[in-house]
Amino acid sequence: MYDAGRYDVIVIGAGHAGVEAGLAAAKRGAKTLMLTLNLDLIAFMPCNPSVGGPAKGVVVREIDALGGQIGKTIDKTHIQMRLLNTSKGPAVRALRAQADKVLYQQEMKRVIEQQENLTLRQGMVEELIIEDGVCKGVKTETKACYYADQVIVTTGTFMRGKVLIGDIEYESGPNNQRPTITLSEQLEKLGIDLVRFKTGTPMRVNSHTIDYSKTEIQPGDEEPRAFSYETTEFITDQIPCWLTYTGEVTHQIIDDNLATSAMYSGAERGTGPRYCPSIEDKIVRFNDKPRHQVFLEPEGRNTDEIYVQGLSTSLPEYVQKKMLETVPGLENAEIMRAGYAIEYDAVVPTQLWPTLETKNIAGLFTAGQINGTSGYEEAAGQGLMAGVNAAAKALGKETLILDRSQAYIGVMIDDLITKGTDEPYRLLTSRAEYRLLLRHDNADLRLTDIAYDMELITEERYAQFNRKKELIQQEIGRLTEDRIKPTDEIQNMIEEIGGSRLKDGILAVDLLRRPEVKYETIKRMTPPEIELPDDVEEQVEIQVKYEGYIKKSNQQVEKMRKMENKKIPDSIDYDEISGLATEAKDRLKKVRPLSVGQASRISGVNPADISILLVYLEQSTKSKTAANE
Amino acid sequence: MENDTIAAVSTPAGEGAIAIVRLSGDEAVSITNQLFTSKDLRHVDSHTIHYGKLMDPKTEEKVEEVMVSIMKAPKTFTREDIIEINCHGGMVSVNRVLQLVLREGARLAEPGEFTKRAFLNGRIDLSQAEAVMDLIRSKTDRAMSVALKQMDGRLSNLIRDLRQQLIETVAHVEVNIDYPEYDDVEEMTHDLLEERTRYVKSEVQSLLLTAKQGKILREGIATAIIGKPNVGKSSLMNILAHENKAIVTDIPGTTRDVIEEYVNVRGVPLRLIDTAGIRETEDIVEKIGVERSRQALQDADLILLVLNGNEPLSEEDAALFEAAKDLDIIVTVNKTDLDQKIDMNEVSQAANGAPVITTSLIEEQGIDELEQAIADTFFDGELDHGDLTYVSNVRHIQLLEQADDALNDALNSMEMGMPLDLVQIDITRSWELLGEIIGEDVHESLIDQLFSQFCLGK
Repeated sequence: MYDAGRYDVIVIGAGHAGVEAGLAAAKRGAKTLMLTLNLDLIAFMPCNPSVGGPAKGVVVREIDALGGQIGKTIDKTHIQMRLLNTSKGPAVRALRAQADKVLYQQEMKRVIEQQENLTLRQGMVEELIIEDGVCKGVKTETKACYYADQVIVTTGTFMRGKVLIGDIEYESGPNNQRPTITLSEQLEKLGIDLVRFKTGTPMRVNSHTIDYSKTEIQPGDEEPRAFSYETTEFITDQIPCWLTYTGEVTHQIIDDNLATSAMYSGAERGTGPRYCPSIEDKIVRFNDKPRHQVFLEPEGRNTDEIYVQGLSTSLPEYVQKKMLETVPGLENAEIMRAGYAIEYDAVVPTQLWPTLETKNIAGLFTAGQINGTSGYEEAAGQGLMAGVNAAAKALGKETLILDRSQAYIGVMIDDLITKGTDEPYRLLTSRAEYRLLLRHDNADLRLTDIAYDMELITEERYAQFNRKKELIQQEIGRLTEDRIKPTDEIQNMIEEIGGSRLKDGILAVDLLRRPEVKYETIKRMTPPEIELPDDVEEQVEIQVKYEGYIKKSNQQVEKMRKMENKKIPDSIDYDEISGLATEAKDRLKKVRPLSVGQASRISGVNPADISILLVYLEQSTKSKTAANE
Repeated sequence: MENDTIAAVSTPAGEGAIAIVRLSGDEAVSITNQLFTSKDLRHVDSHTIHYGKLMDPKTEEKVEEVMVSIMKAPKTFTREDIIEINCHGGMVSVNRVLQLVLREGARLAEPGEFTKRAFLNGRIDLSQAEAVMDLIRSKTDRAMSVALKQMDGRLSNLIRDLRQQLIETVAHVEVNIDYPEYDDVEEMTHDLLEERTRYVKSEVQSLLLTAKQGKILREGIATAIIGKPNVGKSSLMNILAHENKAIVTDIPGTTRDVIEEYVNVRGVPLRLIDTAGIRETEDIVEKIGVERSRQALQDADLILLVLNGNEPLSEEDAALFEAAKDLDIIVTVNKTDLDQKIDMNEVSQAANGAPVITTSLIEEQGIDELEQAIADTFFDGELDHGDLTYVSNVRHIQLLEQADDALNDALNSMEMGMPLDLVQIDITRSWELLGEIIGEDVHESLIDQLFSQFCLGK
């Protein structure tokens, strides 16, 4: 062993979580080391070549608002981008981009290499250095000892990873990378509970062997779009995706060969996600469906590999081939890489504090898929938070915990650490009770102040943000005072958009609240002094139109916050509290919630237990005050 | 949660002379003031008591004659503003008052919550903390066992069924949102959503109607016998009581001279109210007369209006008809043993569709018909006692009312053309509220529904 140096923060892994963790820690000023198995596979996308989608796309915006990288990189390297749910309300709109996998990696590597305070190095971590339950650094297989009091593990699906295709199985990380075995074993020895999860990926086929005439084209939006608030240059030459379907014959083949599927062969396997089922799962669980969608997604501009979204599978390669032969357009498709399932160890996330530090081992953080989530965006969000908080601890700065009303990232982390998860966790808009507040369009309004306080964004960006905020407030203020008179011209404009004529003068805000009226119309009726940027106009419209709903949500948030603000000291002894139900005691001891609000979200803790807890906490505070007097 | 205004009946359940509904919290005074018609409680001194009437702001009906004690923070049990509404004993009055304050914005107190607040606000000594925690635990356990007992199997099945319909609808909207490219399911439309919402709302409303019937079944239909002096009111009273045997003894009221008598007519429990006047000698009946009868109307669910067949319809009779219009009424034309001077056409016209029975109470003629009419009025001739799903628990009623409001909000938003994902917020809320009635928990089950209902990929 040799002493390879001392850092404030070490990040193990350079996937989507690791990248954000390293960058965030370094930006806060921590001397940070990022260790990865393979420098050529930084921010690699082992599954679908896309970023964003409902909820996930909002997370990307949140990460961007917090100074993270994923949005900027995908803006530079996508092959197409679409805004989803445009026909629905503003709360559920979301961007999704198809990525050029290789360009994405290259761009991420470039950014990391340029980041001040951040050292990037290839190496396989074999062991954590732990002394008396406190993290001190890591040892690599090349006998290097790196020392740091804060270590973030972002090893994704690599812990005891096992690839499964039909009856073939071998120990491996995704895409035939080396798995890490020793880390799992060590964590177990340290008393950390692990759980076995599974996920899967479909085959990739050669684009030249696809008959696209039998499929439907899925182009990107014509309007240029971007995730990042900083992006000013837009990609215009987009590449389409294509849509085709499985059919009865495909399903017959799968059904006939079910026993050859690794996941259906009868062996005990890890738990897979319901929201991203393998094609076998789809056939078994929904055998009445005559067809399933198959999206053909190019993996990049400089490759012929096409990702066959919808056919994730652990069937043997020859069955995969047979299956493709029955799908219109894919009859002659050549498989370039076979689909496979991968099993891996994950940390039971209720063992984490909201900062993503493990409760058992001070200084040890985990983030990303290792915490039981799936998805690049979920991983990136956790990575950023772990990076911010590890740096905070290292430098004695303020930690960051986002609550459920501030960000999807907050919803996700709170779900993970409070409720745990019994399948790979994916963010869905329905997991957020304040969805209307957690919009794609207002991620910056929600999080930029925080990003600035945490030193994650530049002064320039902050100034720009404040200008935007001011413009929004000014314009809403103006419309609140401006009365629109029922002149002929105005009446005509209203009839033009299918509205009913005004009986009387009306405040511009009230007119804007009418369902058929958009800001665009208001702008024609009463133009602002200067032409406002699009995103300001959008904010004005949304904030005015949905004010009632937003208010209602805010009231609920207020209620929630009251309970969040009632802190529970870590020294609390739940056994000492008479009246708590046994189940509640057990759950509380395990989760160790930081606030009464968090406690109330633990399953098995009911309102009476919360009342009792409140009384108990009050008693201890008062006893303390009395003792001090 | 904390600091909102809570309310509960603070006297023991059962038949006491007075019952008290207590409110605690910032809005205790303003909530009560919205109901209290006699003076503005916001401007009275603390620790004073006020006589007056409560009015239901929805129907503008006078509901109850009460004494309201007002105690302003901090010198109160909870150190918050406290209102105590003293009303007549018996479950009917007190529940009605409780439901009114809940509807006006108070929240039903959790078991032991007044004490908990007293403790949290420093009113109760620290050494009592243990006792407070035990109290919360034991009261909760007891409340749960009571709630379980009151939970009719049919009711929980019905609610489960409604929730299932709501969650399927919500899951449908959700799948459109989270999987916008998933084409196996039609896009949920406003029309479909509206149709389903209306259906559930109508079911919730009929459940709320049964709340009234449930109350009736447990506590008796408040029945007033009215009529001019000397038409046979006391005979009717005696016959009903005698024939059907009084099932509860007299309960004298406190602030008012009311006697209530419980009788069971063909499975319909009647609570004959304001019978004092009728029982007294005819002299006194003369004195109290029509005025007294009018008063009785206010509290009644059922009016038995007695006419004298031996006399033509008088102005006084017409006044009684007028006073009783819009109420459930059964007209009895008495004294068929004497000459019939009344014009039956005029009677049916005045009755305006209400049943008209002819009796000779002295000869005990027509009693059967009258009893059948009473039973028909309340069971519509269809429902019989054993087959009725009804809601009786105040907490359940409050939750149903809130669910009804949430569904209403959803319908309003649809009308305003709000996007479905916003409408869905209110529908989900109603689903959660209904879940609270049967003690079923929330969030994960929506996601379970999503994945069991739809086969999802991208």
